[in-house]
Amino acid sequence: MIDERSIAAAKRAQTSERTRSESWLWSQVAVLLSQIRSMAEVFLHGFRRRETIQYPEEKPYLAPRFRGRIVLTRDPDGNERCVACYLCAVACPVDCISLQKTEDETGRWYPEWFRINFSRCIYCGLCEEACPTYAIQLTPDFEMSEYDRRNMVYEKEHLLISGTGKYPGYSFYRVAGRAIGGKDKGEAENEAPPVDVRGLMP
Amino acid sequence: MSVVAMLFFIVVLLFALLAAAALLTWVERRLLAWWQDRYGPNRAGPFGILQAFADVIKILLKEDWIPPLADKPVFVIAPAIVAVTMLLGFAIVPLAPGLVIADLNVALLFFFAMTGLSVYSVTFAGWASNNNYSLLGSLRTAAQMISYEVFMLLSLVGVVILAGSFRLTDIVDAQRGMWFFVPQFVGLVVFFLAAIAETHRLPFDLPEAEHELVAGYHTEYSGMKFGLFFLGEYLGMMLSSAMIVTLFFGGWLGPPFLPPIVWFLLKTAFFVCLYLLLRAALPRPRYDQLMGYAWKFLLPVALLNIVVTGAIVVATRSPAEVGS
Ligand code: SF4
Ligand code: SF4
Repeated sequence: MIDERSIAAAKRAQTSERTRSESWLWSQVAVLLSQIRSMAEVFLHGFRRRETIQYPEEKPYLAPRFRGRIVLTRDPDGNERCVACYLCAVACPVDCISLQKTEDETGRWYPEWFRINFSRCIYCGLCEEACPTYAIQLTPDFEMSEYDRRNMVYEKEHLLISGTGKYPGYSFYRVAGRAIGGKDKGEAENEAPPVDVRGLMP
Repeated sequence: MSVVAMLFFIVVLLFALLAAAALLTWVERRLLAWWQDRYGPNRAGPFGILQAFADVIKILLKEDWIPPLADKPVFVIAPAIVAVTMLLGFAIVPLAPGLVIADLNVALLFFFAMTGLSVYSVTFAGWASNNNYSLLGSLRTAAQMISYEVFMLLSLVGVVILAGSFRLTDIVDAQRGMWFFVPQFVGLVVFFLAAIAETHRLPFDLPEAEHELVAGYHTEYSGMKFGLFFLGEYLGMMLSSAMIVTLFFGGWLGPPFLPPIVWFLLKTAFFVCLYLLLRAALPRPRYDQLMGYAWKFLLPVALLNIVVTGAIVVATRSPAEVGS
């Protein structure tokens, strides 16, 4: 017995079979055409503006806060800002800062030597954030290639600059409460004289 | 040509081909860059043209390392095969009237023999390297090249029917009235696709697909052996461009204001650039798509092309002509 439903189903199957094979053929043709189109589009890219910056002749734009070569700055009086607190060395994720603390006759701390291995530095800027005295700063300069890796280790005389860097007026010892040659307790800016904690008078 | 002149021609052609292959690396990089909004290598020499020679010197000076577990003789001979077969393939290409090393009457079959032999190079390389990636890559290459060779041959039967000869100079001469890309357009498309697959250039470079097979069959190769594979690839690209020009675009034929050899070289250069554009524009298909396309689409189309061409030739030409 062939009822109408099975005939209709058979017809449907037949047509779907045919459309499937037809659409397969068309999809193959469409694939070819779309590939030709993308070839044409890529070819037209030859007439666009070049994205390349021809580096040594043409300098790239560097943002003011670009993090490059590290410097050690001085305070407005011309003294070294670094107080050899080691915070930068601790903060550095790749351990590329090393220094040795020493003291002068007035009790002021400063680094005896200060060394940054720029072949390891990742220019993350964490040392700059950690520094309590604004001594260590990153500058927008990256042109420091060397043929010999050892030349990438910068000593204090290479790092120390004569200016104040990004923070002109700041001097750590002028605002810090620490007694130091020529400046006693309570004589820093915005600092009250020390209180005699054993005295009874208010 | 006398023997001396022939030897001179062979030597000149050999050096020209090697120099052209080296230069082609530079051309490829410049063109790819051009289509990608970059400049490409433009520093060494005028337009960076000395980059090609710098690369050659560099690759010659590289350490030539043979992996300890490799099958040494086979490993060494594999890259030579592809370079030699591709160079031999040029022996039958007519650059201009009379300017051909071997004007064989079975030139087309010689061409297929040479491309067929170059499969050995890849299979040997993959087998001898003793490396999984190499082996997988060479298996793929063998399958791909063998299946595409089938209808590469079939796609040219139409041309042979029209020209009535396997000799390439005869085929070019037969195109004086009309270049064969008009009556044999289908054959051209099929042959072009097959030629890309044969030289395993992008987008059909699945044998060396970096994202899944490291570098395919030449993973273990370094130094000048790797360079020879590259040489073979670039020579193959030039050879198939030259064949497309000879078979479909009238070889050296062209308006007489330029000498025939210049026409031939210009046309070949155009197809080489087309190859590079393909590389710049198209993503590679999946491996099953590649094989499916070959057997389910290109093969029937090539067969249909033969039938239709044969029918038309029989219908339009007198029996005496067809018989000759
Ligand atoms: S920038 Fe980062 S990596 Fe470089 S010295 Fe400072 S903390 Fe270390
Ligand atoms: S540079 Fe700054 S953080 Fe580093 S030791 Fe000197 S003061 Fe401390």
